[in-house]
Amino acid sequence: MAKTTQPAKPEELSKIDYTPPATDWLETPVEFKPGTYCHGSRIKYLEEVGFPNPREWAPSDEDWKLPANWKDIILEGMKERLGKYRSFQLFMDICVRCGACADKCHFYIGSGDPKNMPVLRAELMRSVYRKYFTTGGKLFGKQAGARELTEAVLKEWWYYFYQCTECRRCSVFCPYGIDQAEITMMGRELLNLVGGQTDWIGGPVANCYKKGNHLGLEPHAITSNIDYLLDDIEEISGIRPEPSFNRKGAEILFVAPSGDLFGDPGTYTAMGYLMLFHEIGLDYTWSTYASEGGNFGFFTSMEMAKRLNYKIYAEAKRLGVKWIIGGECGHMWRVLNQYMDTWNGPADFMVEPVSPITGTKFENAKGTKMVHITEFTADLIKNGKLKLDPSRNDHLNVTFHDSCNTARGMGIFEEPRYIIKNVCNNFHEMPEDTIREKTFCCGSGSGLNAGENMELRMRGGFPKASAVKSVQKKYGVNMLANICAIDRAVLPPLMQYWVPGVSVCGTHELLANALVMTGEKKRTQDLRLEDLPGIEEEGEGEEEENV
Amino acid sequence: MGIFFSFSMIIALVVIAFAGVQLANMQFIFGVVIPYAAIATFLIGVGFRVYKWGRSPVPFRIPTTCGQQKSLPWIKHSRFENPDSTFDVVVRMALEVFLFRTLFRNLKAETREGRVAYGSDKWLWLAGLALHVTFFVVLLRHLRFFMEPVPFFVNLTDSLDGFMQVGTPHLLITGVVLLLAAVYLFFRRISIPQVRYISLPADYFPLFLIMSIAISGILMRYFTKVDLVRIKALTMGLVTIGPVETDGIGAIFFVHIFLISILLAYFPFSKLMHMGGVFLSPTRNMANNSRIKRHINPWNYPVKVHTYEEYEEEFRDKMKSVGLPLEKE
Repeated sequence: MAKTTQPAKPEELSKIDYTPPATDWLETPVEFKPGTYCHGSRIKYLEEVGFPNPREWAPSDEDWKLPANWKDIILEGMKERLGKYRSFQLFMDICVRCGACADKCHFYIGSGDPKNMPVLRAELMRSVYRKYFTTGGKLFGKQAGARELTEAVLKEWWYYFYQCTECRRCSVFCPYGIDQAEITMMGRELLNLVGGQTDWIGGPVANCYKKGNHLGLEPHAITSNIDYLLDDIEEISGIRPEPSFNRKGAEILFVAPSGDLFGDPGTYTAMGYLMLFHEIGLDYTWSTYASEGGNFGFFTSMEMAKRLNYKIYAEAKRLGVKWIIGGECGHMWRVLNQYMDTWNGPADFMVEPVSPITGTKFENAKGTKMVHITEFTADLIKNGKLKLDPSRNDHLNVTFHDSCNTARGMGIFEEPRYIIKNVCNNFHEMPEDTIREKTFCCGSGSGLNAGENMELRMRGGFPKASAVKSVQKKYGVNMLANICAIDRAVLPPLMQYWVPGVSVCGTHELLANALVMTGEKKRTQDLRLEDLPGIEEEGEGEEEENV
Repeated sequence: MGIFFSFSMIIALVVIAFAGVQLANMQFIFGVVIPYAAIATFLIGVGFRVYKWGRSPVPFRIPTTCGQQKSLPWIKHSRFENPDSTFDVVVRMALEVFLFRTLFRNLKAETREGRVAYGSDKWLWLAGLALHVTFFVVLLRHLRFFMEPVPFFVNLTDSLDGFMQVGTPHLLITGVVLLLAAVYLFFRRISIPQVRYISLPADYFPLFLIMSIAISGILMRYFTKVDLVRIKALTMGLVTIGPVETDGIGAIFFVHIFLISILLAYFPFSKLMHMGGVFLSPTRNMANNSRIKRHINPWNYPVKVHTYEEYEEEFRDKMKSVGLPLEKE
């Protein structure tokens, strides 16, 4: 698999030069710097889903082995998309280059490369748009900011559209709401038409299509992974939940990001789901077929995203569930909120979600029939249905990272905070310009969480890390909570690099730590099987008394 | 890039108008033919652009949410930052169009000693708002040249605008602020290295054009006096499509009206179309209610999928080995 290349020391990397180059950007050729880009997709991944132009290639190759008519394919593709997406057409036309977005992008702040300013990343494509689709560009060429589409330009697109995590922070600050994510998505769709896929995205897409999840966990692997988690839960609490899989007639289908079933700290979050659902006696089932909430297809093309997303409703229908709960994941929820029903709805074979425990109607999900787990859990807590002992999280000093997609593509801010504040005694917010709608990306979203582009990831995560560092200094924060599986995978190395001493967890890990389960044994360990500090001392004291 | 190019263009335009009137006596061309052509270009051009945008569908509901979603009833919903109804969207758009809400949010990020610090940066908001508001008021004031009798609100605008009662004729503050705002935006553009780096001739040209229009207007009003009665006769002739007399009007007037004609004709082909575009921006003008109500994509088409049946076919033995329920044994 991908080899991890280590970036320079943090002291070196944080010396960022923001001076633009002496040469005009149209005259500055792209330079592929090792550590800042991903490998090209291998043949089999593209073949498995039918993406064009599978071949052996590396982005650093001089010859990308593009189809002979690649230019026509791209220009035809642009034309088609300009006619299909008002966002694309409009965002090509109305930018005034005021520069308000420039220092809002985490990749620009972390790299100083002017082509990482959202406005300039968009101009990479606008310049081509002007040349082929506007009168001014056709007549005045360079004076109108227009340029020919050449292989060098295509490579530049590739380099910079895979240095954008589609986080939408620029869109919050753009006076016209121009969203670089939309342009990046179009750019990646076009690149995919000629085989410009990365291996780290191609693999999960192929896996998810064939096996149901990004990690390629086959059905028996899913059940056995969960079995391991059940072992741990039993060790901690003395209780062994009995989840079901692919069960027809369950009231609720639960879909989580598959990352939560694989590596820690995601697995602790999955343990949290299992413990919570067991405690409230929820009639629910997992699915091995629809075993992925996330959607790496979303980072390739709308069509691929729809093909992967199809499984959730299809499985809900097959199993005959009433509604769906979705786990903690960022881009998964942007897709579920803004795309799923449009692609694969209507979900009229299910009913409007009602919590079987509290009777609360989730009116905001009455169309899609899919409820975010933090909405579900916050409602349980609000109605006093959970017995909680927040002191079990007293060894943690927690801050909360809003994931880009749930922040700017949904607006779920209070639900996770409400849960955390009820299950932790020590909670501190990061500076206000780095949270909620102004949150910074982890630097590895939208399929950039590979190993070979580690320098890029550390640079992109720099603003967020800087915000964490400030609360570490001020309040002694040692735990970074979130509601995103990619965060749980990529923030640990980011913290290790920039802010050593801060761990990463999902919100439901904290919840399950504090959750007093019916019939549980006295807890001496947290979900990580680490001794709870206060309890340990108490235990030792008791032992001494007994002696 | 392009400062010199854009500036030369403006100088050339001024010279063309001045020479055309002074040397070639082309008052009728500059005072009548070109303005009509410019207005036609503006109307048709803008209409066509908006039609083109409108023709392109909005397949997905993609608002950029800038506040708490509407969810459980006890969680405070940030209505205008994350609207879920048409009314809330209208308010969000009104805040955007009239008060430049988004620019008001602007921040400045600075990296010092390995840390990123943020500060409020409202100058762009202030200058942008000043430019647009004063431009609007100046336009409103100019209605006195196109209406007879002059409506009360135009006179009212005039007297409010001249409230300082400095000089004769009274100094109208909006014209000056318009010029200053444009000058500020120009200096901002060249003094911030990043903004300068991204700037195209198409960014300098409209600024220079607005400055030159404001300067020629101010010159006419306060310095090289022109015959207002004759000008009004001409402009009334233009709006009524009646006979037009161009004699006895100073050349500066023709420079002014020529530059305005250029602005109108240039408008539909330029970034100035942001005026119309802001209303159509899908990240701003849509409600975040796609979990409540299905949004229809007019070109939604069936796609190739991997069905459960195929999945079970491929993994039946493995599923059986761990006791998963099967459709077909």
